[in-house]
Amino acid sequence: MKPYRANVMVCAGTGCVSNHSLDIKKAFEEEIKKRNLEDEVQVVTTGCNGFCGAGPIAVIQPDGIFYQFLKTKDIPYLVEEHLLKGRPVKKLMYVPPEEEVPIPKMNDINFFSGQMLVALRNRGMIDPENIDDYIARDGYRALAKVLTTMTPDEVIEEIKASALRGRGGGGFPAGIKWETCKKAEGEPKYVICNADEGDPGAFMDRSIIEGDPHSVLEGMAIGAYAIGVSQGYIYVRMEYPLAIERFKIALKQAREYGLLGKNILDTGFDFDVDIRRGAGAFVCGESTALMASVEGRIGEPRAKYIHTVEHGLWNRPTCLNNVETWANVPVIILRGAEWFTSIGTGDVSENPWGGSKGTKVFSLAGKINNTGLVEVPMGITLRKLVYEVGGGIPKGRKFKAVQTGGPSGGFIPEELLDLQVDFEQLTEAGSMMGSGGMVVMDESNCMVNMALYFIKFLIGESCGKCVPCREGLRQLDYFLEKIIQGKGVMEDLDEIESISETMMTACLCALGKSAPNPVASTLRHFRDEYITHIEQKKCPAGVCKALISYEINESCIGCLLCLKQCPENAISGESKKLHIIDQDKCTKCGVCFSVCPVDSVDIISGGEMVYHHKASKVEK
Amino acid sequence: MTEVNATRETKPETVQLTIDGISIEAEKGKTVLEAARENDIKIPTLCYHPGLEPFGACRLCIVEVAKSSRPGRKRLVTSCLYPVENGLVVDTQSNVVLKHRKIVLKLLLARVPESDVIRRLADEYGVHESRYVEREDADNCIMCGTCVRVCKAIGVNAVTTLSHGLDKYVDVPKKDVCIGCLTCALNCPTNAIPFEETDGKRRIWGQEFNLVLCWSTGEPIGTPEQIEHIAKHSGLQLDSFLKSAKARLKEKAAESVGAKL
Repeated sequence: MKPYRANVMVCAGTGCVSNHSLDIKKAFEEEIKKRNLEDEVQVVTTGCNGFCGAGPIAVIQPDGIFYQFLKTKDIPYLVEEHLLKGRPVKKLMYVPPEEEVPIPKMNDINFFSGQMLVALRNRGMIDPENIDDYIARDGYRALAKVLTTMTPDEVIEEIKASALRGRGGGGFPAGIKWETCKKAEGEPKYVICNADEGDPGAFMDRSIIEGDPHSVLEGMAIGAYAIGVSQGYIYVRMEYPLAIERFKIALKQAREYGLLGKNILDTGFDFDVDIRRGAGAFVCGESTALMASVEGRIGEPRAKYIHTVEHGLWNRPTCLNNVETWANVPVIILRGAEWFTSIGTGDVSENPWGGSKGTKVFSLAGKINNTGLVEVPMGITLRKLVYEVGGGIPKGRKFKAVQTGGPSGGFIPEELLDLQVDFEQLTEAGSMMGSGGMVVMDESNCMVNMALYFIKFLIGESCGKCVPCREGLRQLDYFLEKIIQGKGVMEDLDEIESISETMMTACLCALGKSAPNPVASTLRHFRDEYITHIEQKKCPAGVCKALISYEINESCIGCLLCLKQCPENAISGESKKLHIIDQDKCTKCGVCFSVCPVDSVDIISGGEMVYHHKASKVEK
Repeated sequence: MTEVNATRETKPETVQLTIDGISIEAEKGKTVLEAARENDIKIPTLCYHPGLEPFGACRLCIVEVAKSSRPGRKRLVTSCLYPVENGLVVDTQSNVVLKHRKIVLKLLLARVPESDVIRRLADEYGVHESRYVEREDADNCIMCGTCVRVCKAIGVNAVTTLSHGLDKYVDVPKKDVCIGCLTCALNCPTNAIPFEETDGKRRIWGQEFNLVLCWSTGEPIGTPEQIEHIAKHSGLQLDSFLKSAKARLKEKAAESVGAKL
């Protein structure tokens, strides 16, 4: 390979691509050509860097200078200053929230420095469409190691010793799953990679496949060797076209290099992988529904008294692991179980359920400054995750809750921010690890409204097979809707609680069993907010439309802006005179509130002002 | 014939379990529900059908079990799916079971408020009314999937579920696939599939079928599509189905007289 003086690593993850990062790449190439730097500087597209909120981004190596919010018009200047004159461009660098001094180096930025990369080890360092890049960073060395120096049982022992637990949500120890599958009767056996990532706002799996597809493939091949499998499947949703494309390229390249197919590395081991595309149903992430879908049947779950490791795909023993789990496997093989268990919480010397080892990838979304994808060691506190890695809450607002584990995860309040993120502690707090979604909420979010929002999402995604999930969600929706409409009574809370309890115990699948989590956890941690809605007909966050009104206060300068913008013509007034909102006409769309240049529009609920953006500005 | 006798002689492997305090011997591979029913222990079900694979959708048959290996750990399981095992202790009427079963019945009652079957069942558990919202324009379908499963079992595959979640419903999307055999309607636990037979015609799923009448007695036998389907799958002559049972008996009698002569 030709050495270059500098490498421009342009992020080509889905977030950045949709922000036109491929145009940025083109602009770099053109500019570099124009200045005859082609022999010195190389432009590379990488997988997702995770800092999607700052996209499109590019990192200039070897110095690791991080540039964000790039526009094509910035590129000529950037090339001239940085690549020609050696003067990094400050105005395109990252500036921490509420600070003024930019941070040039990627690794000095809290978002990146707080992370620990295992599953995402090649993030931003390789071209995902080039197998040589992967191999250059120790790729397929783990596969070579197991095929040439380890017996299948030794591989299983190593994974068991690492206490690697499933990253898709269940947290089941992967080594035990592999061992059970290996011992199960029936041939042929299968391995499947679950890439049916359905949580809104979660993109861990997509990012891994888009950014480093070979790591998943290598993990699957190692698992296949250990279990005694020659056919694998990856189940990806249709909504991930780039992931499918990159995985296809990876398969093709791996076959060409003899790392997939017959007689891999001349060891007599045969293994190949096929892609199965799902139609994007949330429930198809559930193992039995997923297998039904791969077989071409309707994606509905079945009870798992008979496990899929014994009777799975086409009734054969099947080992299903999530993308992130598979991506962890090669690193464990290369660096050893001892190293892996040195990261994380608990004691796993007795059994793998004793703790949570290794790292976990989370997608940070919602009211947080650094929106994006992060990989952190298990056991990191929620506070550190939100305030350091995540950069805190925008606009100086107050943190209210974080929802972990996807749409059927629970809400964790501020009092529990110091809990360590691992499988057990999240469950104890009434939430779960799930696949790693994290949605942060601040004081402008109404908890009752958020609970209803997620119930509505789950209504859209329930398969409708079993009574408690289908009919329970219908009733939860009814009672929650009643409360936010100001028609709730205290007995409704009892109904919500008893329905939730039945759903958690009597539903058929894990999705149904966890579906009441958003309601149950908000009711547990934010019960006051429910009671305020019911008894005082007041929404403290100023969100529930039926319980609020917009009113213009004395500080109005009469600028006519809200009057012109109001879609219902509900505002009357003259220039330089106080404007008035006609409450009968107002649909509470909030336009006046957002356009007012002097913050004269108040939100009134339960007879008092409940939320005023001035307040947060003053605090700041 | 000898083969059948041979299997009868080898006694199937059995397990010992306890259901509601009664010690029971059950064949290995059976479910808790099957074992209970064989011993006249009542567990309510709606989506269970003895001729079909268990489905586990109605959740009424939930029971509490404790394995012999961990007697202290009680779990709520679906008895139509849960396989019997040695030393299993089952409680079909525990407080936990009753609590959740009642909620399931309340949920069902809100779904199909007009269904006599559900009302009677709910009544047995003391569930009469609730504060739940009733489904608007509710039919009697509880989405147990029995119609879909029986239709598949007889090899027709006309009835299917459409949509998902709360809006899920059953229908016959491809009309020409349905043979008008009534298997779905007659197996529906809540009689939610309407059909009628008048003037030599049968109407079901918005379609009208002709009825074949027995040449001898004039009774309706079934639709032509249905008879053709049965003939095809049984490998018998179509003719043999065009007679009612009574006519077939008559014919047989005549044949035997003829043979004697």
